[in-house]
Amino acid sequence: MADLPILTVVTFLPLVGALIIFLIWEDSEVARRNVRYVALFTTIVTFLVSLGIWYRFDNAQSGFQMVEKTDWIQQGGIAYHMGVDGISMLFVILTTFLMPFCVLASWESVKNRIREYMIAFLILETLMIGVFCALDIVLFYVFFEAGLIPMFLIIGVWGGARRVYASLKFFLYTLLGSVLMLLAIMAMYWQAGTTDIPTLLAYQFPTNMQTWLWVAFFASFAVKMPMWPVHTWLPDAHVEAPTAGSVILAAILLKMGGYGFLRFSLPMFPLASADLQYFVFTLSVIAIIYTSLVALMQEDIKKLIAYSSVAHMGYVTMGIFTANIHGVQGAIFQMLAHGLVSGALFLCVGVVYDRMHTREIAAYGGLVNNMPKYAVAFLIFTMANVGLPGTAGFVGEFLTLLGAFQTNTWVAFGATTGVVLSAAYALWLYRRVVFGALDKEALKSILDLNSREKALLYPLIVLVIFFGVYPSAVFDVTQASVDNLINNYQAAIEGTVKAAQAVSN
Amino acid sequence: MLHLIVFLPLVGFLIAGLFGKQIGDRASELVTSGFLVIAALLSWVNFISFWAGNAEPFTVEVLRWITIGNFSVDWAFRVDTLTAVMLIVVNTVSALVHIYSIGYMSHDPHRPRFFAYLSLFTFAMLMLVTSDNLIQMFFGWEGVGLASYLLIGFWFKKPTANAAAIKAFVVNRVGDFGFALGIFGVFVLFGSVNFDVIFANAAGFADASADAKNQIVLTFLGAELTRDGAITAVALLLFMGAMGKSAQFLLHTWLPDAMEGPTPVSALIHAATMVTAGVFLVARMSPIFELSPTALTFVTLVGATTAFFAATVGLVQNDIKRVIAYSTCSQLGYMFAALGVGAYGASIFHLFTHAFFKALLFLGAGSVIHAVSNEQDMRKMGGLRTHIPRTYWMMIIGTVALTGLGIPGTVLGTAGFFSKDAIIESLYVGQNGFAGYAFMMTVVAALFTSFYSWRLIFMTFHGKPRASAEVMSHIHESPNVMLVPLYVLAVGAVFAGWVFHTHFIGSHHEVGHIDPHYLGFWKDALFLGPDNKILETFHEVPKLVKWSPFIMMALGFVTAWWFYIRSPGMPVELARQHNGLYKFLLNKWYFDELYHLIFVRPAMWLGSQLWKKGDGKLIDGFGPDGISARVLDVTRGVVKLQSGYLYHYAFAMLIGAAILITYMMFPGAR
Repeated sequence: MADLPILTVVTFLPLVGALIIFLIWEDSEVARRNVRYVALFTTIVTFLVSLGIWYRFDNAQSGFQMVEKTDWIQQGGIAYHMGVDGISMLFVILTTFLMPFCVLASWESVKNRIREYMIAFLILETLMIGVFCALDIVLFYVFFEAGLIPMFLIIGVWGGARRVYASLKFFLYTLLGSVLMLLAIMAMYWQAGTTDIPTLLAYQFPTNMQTWLWVAFFASFAVKMPMWPVHTWLPDAHVEAPTAGSVILAAILLKMGGYGFLRFSLPMFPLASADLQYFVFTLSVIAIIYTSLVALMQEDIKKLIAYSSVAHMGYVTMGIFTANIHGVQGAIFQMLAHGLVSGALFLCVGVVYDRMHTREIAAYGGLVNNMPKYAVAFLIFTMANVGLPGTAGFVGEFLTLLGAFQTNTWVAFGATTGVVLSAAYALWLYRRVVFGALDKEALKSILDLNSREKALLYPLIVLVIFFGVYPSAVFDVTQASVDNLINNYQAAIEGTVKAAQAVSN
Repeated sequence: MLHLIVFLPLVGFLIAGLFGKQIGDRASELVTSGFLVIAALLSWVNFISFWAGNAEPFTVEVLRWITIGNFSVDWAFRVDTLTAVMLIVVNTVSALVHIYSIGYMSHDPHRPRFFAYLSLFTFAMLMLVTSDNLIQMFFGWEGVGLASYLLIGFWFKKPTANAAAIKAFVVNRVGDFGFALGIFGVFVLFGSVNFDVIFANAAGFADASADAKNQIVLTFLGAELTRDGAITAVALLLFMGAMGKSAQFLLHTWLPDAMEGPTPVSALIHAATMVTAGVFLVARMSPIFELSPTALTFVTLVGATTAFFAATVGLVQNDIKRVIAYSTCSQLGYMFAALGVGAYGASIFHLFTHAFFKALLFLGAGSVIHAVSNEQDMRKMGGLRTHIPRTYWMMIIGTVALTGLGIPGTVLGTAGFFSKDAIIESLYVGQNGFAGYAFMMTVVAALFTSFYSWRLIFMTFHGKPRASAEVMSHIHESPNVMLVPLYVLAVGAVFAGWVFHTHFIGSHHEVGHIDPHYLGFWKDALFLGPDNKILETFHEVPKLVKWSPFIMMALGFVTAWWFYIRSPGMPVELARQHNGLYKFLLNKWYFDELYHLIFVRPAMWLGSQLWKKGDGKLIDGFGPDGISARVLDVTRGVVKLQSGYLYHYAFAMLIGAAILITYMMFPGAR
């Protein structure tokens, strides 16, 4: 049991499920039901096995754990190298945790090509877990980029009316970043002679080169985050994506950008990160204020939440590049919390979309009259979204701001205005959708949450509050790795300063 | 015991909130009210041990919360005299409001939800006042904001109630914006957000050596601040939070609108407890505020301005609840003015007595509204005295307590007499730059207070009935479940000042000698700087100053009597003659209109501009849409042979760009 290559198992278990579904050839009602159950079963088993990772994880260790390494491409020394540390481990769990929700959310709403749909999702799961486990930069790249394809298909095939435009935009943007990142990876290989991430983490790139590499990686991760001004693909992608697609997009895919910053930009290019710190701060603060204002005026529920995601990711990028412990821990927590909260919000939108087939805010109003349970769930997630203390949304936001305040008060000042703006757009949305009298004819027969939807939303409510009250569950895991990250970062900066002083003396 | 006090309301909230449907309305009411009564009794037990002087401050750890590097906060309770006072205020009023609501809300279909919210509010408020660090306080702070939002919008079908709920939350968030920055500042200065550490280091922080004094400790928004400046900045930021929560001038606009909520809510949240959280914050952080004369001066300025401003608006309002709301706003101004001159005891004392008589007035107003079929416009009342005599007498008691009836120089007087006069006298001897201004403002405001309070009484209870015959035929005195809480509060409104003043503010101060009752009661809960002589001097004021509140009160009473009993035509005539001023006051100095013009509309305009122009035209136009359009042009124009998948071309283009960059990156690479 102890020798079980648990990361590989977790990563590729969904593929097994995909294969089984692939083998269900017929297209009957029974077959479709089997497809759904196989997908659900696979994702649940994957989640349960992934808990073993958490169980075996040693909080005290800062390095990579449960490492597996096999030669892959002999020529370049590229290896199949997997492992997790405190930064990546919880993202694996988040991914496996949310997948059953995605399958359940698609239970009834996806009517055509359910078989292909579930296969796409399961492949996507494998690729996403792979991203967080990969310890070889080429392997990472493969997972990272391949993940685009199923998502592209999910939006393009099962999406809404403008799905082709949206998926194309999504593809264009992310590709732009990818190409630059590939080039950077090649450059790193030429320079350091390895693609092994732990080795690269210890390698010191020349100052000049760091900047170029940083920029290339930044292009890719900034699009994924997404950061202003390369965010415009996200609202379109969300609006057109099916509910489960939105959940995965918001909860996991966006986090890959932040994860990338933490895994590559900050530790491998510390000098460039320090130099370009204010560039990131500027974009982050603009993102927070700009997209919050834009969110205020949205007429489409999903678009509003998408813009609010961009604003929340602004806190993450800001927190990461404060490069102090509060900012980085806050950023990680914010990503995990946002994964739960935004996922839940998109599920909430899905609930009413399934009933009314519209996302227009103006089409709703007074839902609380017929849907009190829904109103409560939506309220809790809305409050978590505006960062109410006691919910998961607060801790990350607060810590990133605390980190920013110690670096530069202007940045903190600008970013903190987000707490006012987020309250404005989120509560206004809630009022227009949920409160008021139930006047609209079409809504009069609307039903409250069914048991499947309760199973979707209630566990998330529990977690959102649990992590708000006891965030230490997360910080215990991340602490050692983040401490290590920050120490190395500081050492690199100080080393350069000392070197410069030595030269000038 | 403390766990019970704090967590019983939470348990009540969970039971009524989760299982309200299953256990039914009556059970929800009884469970939540019962728990609150127990919590209230326990709070009194706790308070009495502090009052008797045989309890020491203590801290109880509950659960680890956030620990990151040197930033470490726990869920924990810290109980000292200040907390003990707040506990009885919160739990007593809350318990009475719970009971009162059983009668007041008896026709509402959503009672379990209502009682759940009330208990949730109480829990959040208790977390706020028992906190041992700024973050847990912030939790309670925003938690009461949430409960306030939910209760203001309780009647969710009313568009005005929904609007008021959002306004309350967002305006409070503006204050919280400052509060959060203040917390960050405290953390930077003291390396901790726990009260123990902050208080232990605060005094030493200011007394540092000359070298340390000139050191830059905080750069805030480009300003390089030494220790004094940094403390001032932090105190002002924290105070911004207090201004939002306590509806002080400029951030007050949400409070009158909050009257859209059910009346018991107004009594509990928007009069007795939540809005006093700002006062509590400043008193709690007195070790920091005492270090910054600038910040204290600002507190006095804002408090005095609010006291005056809100009183002027209260003069002309016609909605019975809005009059009391502006009165609350004004009284909170008194408390802040007193805090600013360092009279923390007087301020907290006023908070304490105010809770009784203001809750009494609000619940009394609720009883009136209940009697006249939910009418709130005083122009449609009048002559109710004979129909609802018990309510009438309770309102009279509330009014005399608010206006501060009492005989100066003696210990005969209502609750407001002790606390309000103490504030006015403290302001007279106060040392900061705005103390004199504050003295004038609060004395004038005392006149207005008396006028609008008696105006309310006369318009509502005296004269000829102006309600329709239909309403008058339904008029009825409230049931006992509503009246008994009024009686209890009335006892507090009459006697709270007399019983407690020796401990809260002390009665035998001399220069160089502070009343031992005071010291023994507060211990270190309220911090006084070494230069703060307010306690020793505030009893030594000229006769005229001592009598000024009394004179003002009498004047206000007589004017109100003249206007509304003797010659009721007068106010109409006066309003006609000074129409501009009347409109100005009636429209609350046009703050809502102004804010709409300078904040709400620009934000919305900017939002839609950024969306349509920024995202749409600029970013998409030059970004993906532009690129694909150009690529399409090229394909159409030049290479018609190819199949034309958009992204193939885009891809080719990107590759080209990438190669170019690579070329630039590695000149002469292999």
